[in-house]
Amino acid sequence: MTDIQHHAPDDLLMGYATGALPQAFDLVVATHVSLSDDARARVEAFEAVGGAVLEDLDKVDVADDSLEQTLAKIGAPGPAAAPVISDGTFPTPLRNAVGGDEDAVRWRYVGRGVKQCVLHSDEHGTARLLRIPAGRSMPEHSHNGTEMTLVLKGAFRDEDGVFARGDLEVADAQVNHTPIAEPGEDCICLVATDARLKFQGLLPRIAQPFLGI
Amino acid sequence: MEAIAQDQDRKAFAELFRHFAPRVKAFLMKSGADESLAEECMQDVMATLWRKAHMYDPSRASVATWIFTIARNRKIDLLRRYARPEPEDLPWGPEQAPDQADVIALQQDTGRLAQALAKLPEKQRELIQHAYFGDLSHSEIAAATGLPLGTIKSRIRLALERLRHSMS
Repeated sequence: MTDIQHHAPDDLLMGYATGALPQAFDLVVATHVSLSDDARARVEAFEAVGGAVLEDLDKVDVADDSLEQTLAKIGAPGPAAAPVISDGTFPTPLRNAVGGDEDAVRWRYVGRGVKQCVLHSDEHGTARLLRIPAGRSMPEHSHNGTEMTLVLKGAFRDEDGVFARGDLEVADAQVNHTPIAEPGEDCICLVATDARLKFQGLLPRIAQPFLGI
Repeated sequence: MEAIAQDQDRKAFAELFRHFAPRVKAFLMKSGADESLAEECMQDVMATLWRKAHMYDPSRASVATWIFTIARNRKIDLLRRYARPEPEDLPWGPEQAPDQADVIALQQDTGRLAQALAKLPEKQRELIQHAYFGDLSHSEIAAATGLPLGTIKSRIRLALERLRHSMS
């Protein structure tokens, strides 16, 4: 476990526990939880509420042969699959989304030395990996919706402090921030957005269609 | 659960089935599945419980909680059509096992959580149930009930704080 300074807010974790989040955000929370036992404990606490809600439900009738049908579905017990523990940069859920670790990412340049790789995009949100060169800044931007940034490698600094591996920043509308990668190594982040970002200033505005955020 | 995991005990499974299958089906119907889809999906959930019994950790979740997570994931699979990304597993090694004192403590916490939920004012309890049945975001819940977003959010937060407080 890394020493995580910036944690996910409760409503986000509850949304993950209830299954209400857009897919792009599910990926970021699952990856954050893989890196933070605190976040995992909070998600599992919210899941315990789900268990209590389930236990409290009035029973409905099941089919007469329901148990027999279920036992037929079970079939012969197969070998127990060993859980996969990632030893690379990317925890398992992100590894699955990428199809491998850091070296498997198909980066595309989006300008100013910044590279990205879109992992998922639908009408509810987009998840992407960003790679910011050490010491360089992301284009300054504000956004219409929620933006979640999880650091996987290196670190960045903005108005809210320094964010390193496992740290999660959640910014909502009206926040205007300029993340700058800390010197030393490139900063790799997993970012989910639920609305197109608005960039400030002429040059970054030109870059926006390429970034797609 | 232990009998299912270690001995593939079908009698123990039948007992769990009788308790949980009607509730899992009710949960799926409350979540928007029709009767026949809920029946089929419930059977999948219970079959998954059998297959993954060795993964169950009684020091971190009650059986009901664990079944809820399986049902939730299957529901997302079926109704939203995607495989939800799950956190990396934290398995017990072959020589380790959950501490019995931890297991008992968790059972007590789970009991207190259920009591606290039952003692909540009706409105707060309904809000929480809605959040777990639906794939409704907080703003969609607000739209559904005509309540302002801020109020509903703090209601849920307050309900959960009370739950936490009564558990401590």
